[in-house]
Amino acid sequence: MTVPASASAAPAPADPAATHDSPAALKQKLRRAERMRKLRAMGLIAPLFFFLLITFVVPIADMLRRSVHDTELSTVWPTVTAAMKGWSDRSTVPDEATFAALAKDLRAAGETKTLAVAARRLNYAVDNGRSLVFGTARRLPVNATNWKETLIGIEPRWGQVETWNAVNQASGPLTSFYLLAALDREKLADGSIIKAPEQNSIYIDILERTFTVSLSVTLLCLVLGFPVAYLLATLPPKHANMMMILVLLPFWTSLLVRTAAWVVLLQEHGIVNEILLALGVIEQPIRMIYNRVGVYIAMTHILLPFMILPLYSVMKGIKPHFMRAATSLGATPTEAFIRIYLPMTLPGIGAGALLTFILALGYYITPALVGGAADQMISFFIAFYTSDTVNWGMASALGAVLLAATLVLYSLYNRLVGISNMRLG
Amino acid sequence: MGKADRMSAIATSGAQQPTASAASDTIVSFRGVQKTYDGESLVVKNLNLDIRRGEFLTMLGPSGSGKTTSLMMLAGFEVPTHGEIMFDGQSLRNTPPHKRNIGMVFQNYALFPHMTVEENVAFPLSVRRVPKHEQKDLARKALAMVKLEGKENRHPGQLSGGQQQRVALARALVFQPKLVLMDEPLGALDKQLREHMQIEIKHIHERLGVTIVYVTHDQSEALTMSDRIAVFNDGIIQQLDSPTGLYETPQNSFVAHFIGENNILNGEVTAVDGAFCKVRLNGGTEVTARAINIKGVGSRTSLSFRPEKVLIEGINADHPNQLPARVEETIYHGDHVRVRMTVAGSEGFTVKMRFRASRPIPVPGEEMAVAFAAEDCLALDPV
Ligand SMILES: Nc1ncnc2c1ncn2[C@@H]1O[C@H](COP(=O)(O)OP(=O)(O)O)[C@@H](O)[C@H]1O
Ligand SMILES: [Mg+2]
Repeated sequence: MTVPASASAAPAPADPAATHDSPAALKQKLRRAERMRKLRAMGLIAPLFFFLLITFVVPIADMLRRSVHDTELSTVWPTVTAAMKGWSDRSTVPDEATFAALAKDLRAAGETKTLAVAARRLNYAVDNGRSLVFGTARRLPVNATNWKETLIGIEPRWGQVETWNAVNQASGPLTSFYLLAALDREKLADGSIIKAPEQNSIYIDILERTFTVSLSVTLLCLVLGFPVAYLLATLPPKHANMMMILVLLPFWTSLLVRTAAWVVLLQEHGIVNEILLALGVIEQPIRMIYNRVGVYIAMTHILLPFMILPLYSVMKGIKPHFMRAATSLGATPTEAFIRIYLPMTLPGIGAGALLTFILALGYYITPALVGGAADQMISFFIAFYTSDTVNWGMASALGAVLLAATLVLYSLYNRLVGISNMRLG
Repeated sequence: MGKADRMSAIATSGAQQPTASAASDTIVSFRGVQKTYDGESLVVKNLNLDIRRGEFLTMLGPSGSGKTTSLMMLAGFEVPTHGEIMFDGQSLRNTPPHKRNIGMVFQNYALFPHMTVEENVAFPLSVRRVPKHEQKDLARKALAMVKLEGKENRHPGQLSGGQQQRVALARALVFQPKLVLMDEPLGALDKQLREHMQIEIKHIHERLGVTIVYVTHDQSEALTMSDRIAVFNDGIIQQLDSPTGLYETPQNSFVAHFIGENNILNGEVTAVDGAFCKVRLNGGTEVTARAINIKGVGSRTSLSFRPEKVLIEGINADHPNQLPARVEETIYHGDHVRVRMTVAGSEGFTVKMRFRASRPIPVPGEEMAVAFAAEDCLALDPV
C-alpha cells in the first residue's frame, strides 16, 4: 500500500500538473505511509504480545491482586462483615445488631457447609480461630433475645475487642494482612504495624536465606565460570568447540535428572564419599546432601552455563590486540589482565551475574531435593501455600515480595553498572 | 627571539643528523631470523636487517609476505624459530615484551574503550609508576603534539578514526621509547586523511628523532615517508634501499613491478659488456640494457621500463634502442596522456607522454616507433 503512495509523491515536484501536492498534502501522505508501516510492525508482534499478555502479564497482575484481595470471609459471612462497617467505637465490642448478624451468618454457613472457609480465614488472624468458629456454631441456639450475651456466654472470646478487630480486618475487600505477614509484620487494631511474634516470624529469614544462597551461587559460578569462558574464548576453534559442547551438555539433560544425579553422587554412601574414604582423605562420610553444601553444589552446577555463555560471548569480542597493546606499553601480563582485560569483560560479568542471580532466586526443585529443611528458599513456601494449604493470599504476597525485591535489586544494578552496558551476545 | 629559534633549529637539524652521519649506529639487528607457525612453511626466511638509529624504515610488501610477523618478533609477541634479534646491542631473546620499551601502533588502534583519551595516553606512564601530576602533564603534551587538545575526557568511541589514530600515536610516543613500531597504522583511514597523516607522522619523526619501523603494503605511502624501504616478498627481503634507489634501480622483477608502474619485455641475453648487455627480444630486435640481474649470455631476462622514460616523439632514425609499436588506446589525464600500445609484439605496454597542445595525441591503430636510453632499460630476472 505504501509503495504506490510514495511512488506518486516522488515525481510530484518535476511534474507541473501535480503541483497540487502542497507541503501540507505531502506531510499528510508521509504520515499515512508512516502509519501503515507502524501498523504492519504492530501486526507482526501482535501474536507474541497477546501470548505474553495472557501467560505473563495477566498472571502476575492476578497474583498481585490476590496478595491484597480478601473476600473469603465476606463471601461466606456476608451479613456480619457488612455490619462491621458500622463499628465505630473500636475500644468496645460492637452492638447487638452485629452479634445478631454473626449468629445469622453462623447458622447460614452451617447449613451451606462453608463454615470451614470462615474458620480457616479467621485462623490466620486469631489464635485458635477454628475452635472459636466451630465451637460457637455447635452450641448456637435457634433463638435468643440478646445475641450479644448469648454468644459471649458460649465463647468468652466474642467479648474481646481483639477478636472483633480480627474479624474486621478479615472482612475485606482489601487487606494488608498477607503482605505484612510476608514481611513478618502485623497490624494492630489502631492501625500501627508491629513485628510479628517470634513463632510467626519466618519470612524475613527465608528471604534473607534466598538472597544469601543466590548470591553465593552467583559468586561460585563467576569464580568457576570465568576461567572456563576465558579458555573457551582463547582456545583454537577445534578444541573450543569440543569444550563448548561440554559446557552445553547440561542443557540437554532434564533438570530433575541432574539434581537426582547429585543425590546419588553426594549421599552418605555415594561415590564422592566412597572415593574420599578410600583415599583416606576422610575417616567418616561427610554430609554433603540435605544441607547447604548440597544446595550450593547442585545449583552451581546447573546455573554455570548461564554464567559462562555471556562471559564467553563478551570475551570472544576482545581482540588480542588490546592485551598486546597493554604489554607493549609496559604493563606486566598481570597488570594488563587486571587493568585492561577484566574491565572489558565487565559487561559479560554483569549479564552473567544478573542472569544467574535472578534464576537462582526462583529456584525450587533443586533445593527441595538436595537441601534440608533449613535450606528451603522462598519458592518452596510459595509452592507450599499454593498446593498444600491453598492459601492464595499468602502465596501471592510472598511472590509479590520476591518480585519487589528482584526489581529493587535490578534497578540498583542498573544504577551501578548500567543495563545498556550488559551484553548477552 | 633569536635564541629560541636557534635552539629549535639545532634540535631539528640534530634530529636529522643521525640518519646521515651515524650510519654505523645500528639500533636493531635481525640476524638470520626464521619463523614458522605450522612447522612446515617458513613465513620469514632468513631475515638479516640492520635498522639505523633515528631512521624511518618501512617494511613494504604484499599481504602475507611476513611483515607483521617480523614486527611481532621485534615487539616480542612472537618468538623467532631461529636466529637472533639484537636491540641496542643486546639480544632480545629473554626480554619479555613489556620490558622492551618499544612503542607500538596497531592498525585498529587498540585504544582501551573503558578509559578516556587522557587515561589511554597516560597508561604507559602509570604502569611505569610516574607520579600522577607528571602523568597528566606528559599526556597533555603528547596529545597537543598530535593536535588533540580538548579531547582529553572523551572516550575512544566518541572519536573519529583519524582522531583515534592520533591518540594511539600519542600513547606510543608518550613514554619516549627509542623505537616505535607501526603496523599499517593508516590502513583504516580514507585516502585524503591518510595522506595528511603520512606527512604528520613524518614531521613527528623528524622532530623527535625516534627510530620508526613502519609496515605497509601501500608503495606510495612507503615512498612518501621512508628513509629506507625493505621490500618483502615470500618471507624474504627482496631489496633494501632508499625510495629513489628502489624506484630507479630495482634489483629484481618483483621490486620493479611492485614499486611504481612498470612495462616488461622478455628476451635472451646475447652479450654482456660491463654494466650493459645486449638482449634479443622475442620479436628478434636487439637492444642494449643495463645488466642488473642476469645470469650471463644465453639466459632469459625480463626488461623493465618505467612508462615515463620511454620516448614516442622526436626520435632520430639513428637512435640505438628503437622498437616498432602500434597504438591501441590513449587516455587523457590532463597533464599527461597515457598511450597503451603493442611494442615488439607484446601487448599492454604503457607510455606516459607529456601533453602538449601543439602535438596531436596519437590515434589508435597508428604505427610508430618507441625509443629509450640504455640506462632506462633494466635487464632483470625473467618472470
Ligand atoms: N598467528 C599465526 N598463526 C599462523 N599463521 C600465521 C599467523 N600469523 C600470520 N600467519 C601466516 O603467516 C604469513 C605471513 O603473515 P603476516 O606476517 O601477517 O604477513 P603480512 O603482515 O606481510 O601481511 C601468512 O601466510 C599468514 O597466514
Ligand atoms: Mg600484516
